[in-house]
Amino acid sequence: MTLPAFYIIATVVVMAAAGVVITRNIVYAALFLLVALGGVAGTFVLLFAEFLALVQVLIYGGAIIIVILFAIMLTRQREFHLTTEHRQWPLAAVASVGLFVLLAAAYLSDADTFNTNIRSGISVEELGTALFTTWAVPFEIASLVLLIALIGAIVISRTGDRDEA
Amino acid sequence: MTLLHFEILSAALFCLGLYGVLARRSAVLILMAIELMLNAVNINLVAFAAYGSPEPSTGMVIAIFVITIAAAEVALALGIILRLFRERSSINVDEIDLMRG
Repeated sequence: MTLPAFYIIATVVVMAAAGVVITRNIVYAALFLLVALGGVAGTFVLLFAEFLALVQVLIYGGAIIIVILFAIMLTRQREFHLTTEHRQWPLAAVASVGLFVLLAAAYLSDADTFNTNIRSGISVEELGTALFTTWAVPFEIASLVLLIALIGAIVISRTGDRDEA
Repeated sequence: MTLLHFEILSAALFCLGLYGVLARRSAVLILMAIELMLNAVNINLVAFAAYGSPEPSTGMVIAIFVITIAAAEVALALGIILRLFRERSSINVDEIDLMRG
């Protein structure tokens, strides 16, 4: 019963991701990205990671897409038609298709290893316990990273009146 | 629905993101393609956590860290893009060649 759901979600994710990298309108690309990230939240639900699906929708759908739309809005580009492909795009296509074939061949050649059945996911309680016991120090470092990124973004993007000040 | 399905989906998403990073010229579009690649990695982490890992919380916790770092990265990238746009009034990465020797 979950297999059709997986195929639907996978199709949506791959189509939307292809839309992100192919469309010529940068705003459409951001909206395609929103669809793709929502689809990834769907795969998290299929993997019994409901909390991560929620985090995905909140952080990506709620914050990152908004920030990217801000970036598009504030850098209103005259050159919309120039934001398409680089002239070396055939090389890029060969590289990415080649990598996909390589990865798929590697997975399929060892298909028995990957043919395991799903086990049940872990509860939010277990996840929180792991996050605040085993992973407590990395968790604190992550919050420090966020603070530094916040300050860094302000310092980088503010207008250059530092010389007079 | 086995682990293989998720692996293939993750590989496809990663390769689409790679194409975007290599082929696009707008810095904002490259940023979006990087987000796609990070999401492919997250699918991988959560899939391995749900299927095979003896310690299933590890993959999920690392996925949470990846999302955290992605948020920090987007904020910094927006700052850099805005600064670039102000100084050079373009975010075409081909024109940012200050360090060309």
